[in-house]
Amino acid sequence: MKAILKILAASGLSLAALPAAAALNVFACEQEWAALAQELAGDKASVYSATTALQDAHRVEARPSLIARVRSADLVICAGAELEVGWLPLLLTQSGNARIQPGSAGYLEASQFVPKLEIPKVVDRALGDVHPSGNPHVHLDPRNIAKVADVLTERLVQIDPASAEVYKARAGVFHERWRAAMSRWEKEAARLKGVPVVVYHKDMSYFLNWAGMREAGSLEPKPGLPPTPAHLAELVERMKRDPAKVVVYSPYNSPRAAEFLSERTKIPSLMLPFTVGGTDKAKDLFGLFDDTIARLLATVK
Amino acid sequence: MKKAKLMVLAVAALGLPHAATAQTQDELRTLREQVRQLDKRVSEAEQAAIQASSRPTGENAMNPAISVILNGIYSNLSQDPNGFRINGFTPTLGEVGPGVRGLSLGESELALAANIDHHFRGTLIASISPDNDSIGVEEGYIQTLSLSYGFTVKAGRFFSGVGYQNQIHAHAWDFTDAPLASKAFLGNQLGEDGVQLKWVAPTPLYFDLGVELGRGRQFPAGPEGGRNKNGVGSSNVFAHVGGDLGTSVAWQTGVSYLSTSPQDRTFDDPDSTGTTVTNSFSGRSRLWVLDGILKWAPNQNPTYTYFKLQGEYFRRKEDGNLTYDTTAASLGAQTGGFASGQSGWYLQGVYQFVPMWRVGYRYDRLNAGTTGNGLVDSGALTAADFPILAAYNPTRHTVMVDWSPSEFSRVRLQAASDKSRSDVTDKQVFLQYIVSLGAHGAHKF
Repeated sequence: MKAILKILAASGLSLAALPAAAALNVFACEQEWAALAQELAGDKASVYSATTALQDAHRVEARPSLIARVRSADLVICAGAELEVGWLPLLLTQSGNARIQPGSAGYLEASQFVPKLEIPKVVDRALGDVHPSGNPHVHLDPRNIAKVADVLTERLVQIDPASAEVYKARAGVFHERWRAAMSRWEKEAARLKGVPVVVYHKDMSYFLNWAGMREAGSLEPKPGLPPTPAHLAELVERMKRDPAKVVVYSPYNSPRAAEFLSERTKIPSLMLPFTVGGTDKAKDLFGLFDDTIARLLATVK
Repeated sequence: MKKAKLMVLAVAALGLPHAATAQTQDELRTLREQVRQLDKRVSEAEQAAIQASSRPTGENAMNPAISVILNGIYSNLSQDPNGFRINGFTPTLGEVGPGVRGLSLGESELALAANIDHHFRGTLIASISPDNDSIGVEEGYIQTLSLSYGFTVKAGRFFSGVGYQNQIHAHAWDFTDAPLASKAFLGNQLGEDGVQLKWVAPTPLYFDLGVELGRGRQFPAGPEGGRNKNGVGSSNVFAHVGGDLGTSVAWQTGVSYLSTSPQDRTFDDPDSTGTTVTNSFSGRSRLWVLDGILKWAPNQNPTYTYFKLQGEYFRRKEDGNLTYDTTAASLGAQTGGFASGQSGWYLQGVYQFVPMWRVGYRYDRLNAGTTGNGLVDSGALTAADFPILAAYNPTRHTVMVDWSPSEFSRVRLQAASDKSRSDVTDKQVFLQYIVSLGAHGAHKF
């Protein structure tokens, strides 16, 4: 009896302690934004990521578990630029949650606050799954992370003014660490300048742009369409004329196409973490860039 | 500043000409100013770039999302589709057969959707029928965005939340046609004019509860188009539970209860004299549906492979009065008590074994169950006067393979052995394309 009472008391305490420990529910569509929210909000927020590094954020289903999470969210942070167009609108309308509808402080599309690359001049589905407002994978340019951190801090302060000082202080610390890391990465990545790479999907563009690397081809014949034998054969030919130094792919891609090209051309293939959790070392945003650069340097030499 | 002064002193002490240092100082100042200006211009340009890359241009930026669904089909049916019926079950007011033989255009769909303001979202889905040159409103509803606490209200015409597949548009179905149970109990697909209130629980495990009040414009209500009365002609209550199991499985299961009071719901049936007579039912109709869906995809990434298992169980009870030959075309109008308890179910699995390619199998079964017909029991008429109501358990096997070269197009080949009719087996083959143009749609789980 006593034991039961103890358990009840303990569970009562833990229930009472829960809201104080996690005041804010943050729903992030992707791991990188979950990681950023965690950096900036610390224990003031409970952060949930809708996807893992092993999922293609474009092909996610509006699963019941995701609707349930959005239902209780105070802030939704996503890449935007039509990346989540196949599932996020459903989560928003099904959730019955006014706090996170587009236009409110609780809805944040990261890509709106950074200069976007590859804004198509012609929007036509015959060109593949093009994004009319530009490439949505903005997080692989460290400068963009800093920009989104500013907006996210503003939003956190706006939604949870009681903890404003905490968010501002954490943002200050984060920016200082990020600046230091960025100057380190710039030095390290200097050796990557001009290096030609073959990508799987156009999800590395911001990194290539930041590091000054050159995209020499992509395994997908058109954005969003899986590699075809004909296209791979053409790539093999192209690599004879304009050889790349490395073939990169992301954890959510099957490695087979990259390995095929690598075998035929003797160009090494390499998996990059793409987002937080993509490799063991990419534990947070710092680890993501550390490991991406380290892997490239080790392969390109 | 101090450092600069010290340097000047040091330079002076070294005996270098003073004028040269002053010039360096000036140059340095100008350079600093130039760098500051440049920095400002760069950040301004960057801001402009963000603005430019994020701002939609043109007057049509406020247009709703528009998408069009086109589909065409080639049907090869061993039995005449005009004679299609589901034996053992009351016909459902509308057309539920396998369509016409040969090449035909399916219903084209035009969908418009946008947020109306910060309170409402509007959706219109018009279906353009290829044969009688008519445009129908498949769905046209508004939906609240700002209610909070997990509540949403939908009003207008929408596919009822009865069961699982009923809410999904035909173009997103995994097979060319509806399950037999949907055909027999919901007249293919039940679209209601009404109001839906739904609540989603604030729990990590998904739970929703909803109620729909409608006019009763379609089967199982009646007559066709709804009753001429104030108030509510049909009500539906539903609940769903769903979540994830591990990292690769997602599931949802639901139960719903649809209750209507059909009045003069008519159906045609040839009686014992061979005359096609019109019979009508008035009374109560209650339908329970139990549904479940389970999806497996490695790490929830359905790009390469996935498997989807879906099933629904329907159980209907009807009681009231059946009037035979309402137009007195044969033996004259007579009314007797009528009660039935019937059920049906289907189970289907779809497997994407490589990107773009899927195979699927579906099994359908209906149980005519028990029917008490007062007119037959009293001896006023015989069972031969109601041939369609004679006990029979229809079944169907369906297999399909489809190819989706992109998210926006699909070509499907389907074959079925359909025993909806008690006397014949219809061997069906369908070859179909379904494509979507325009806005990227979002599909329900």
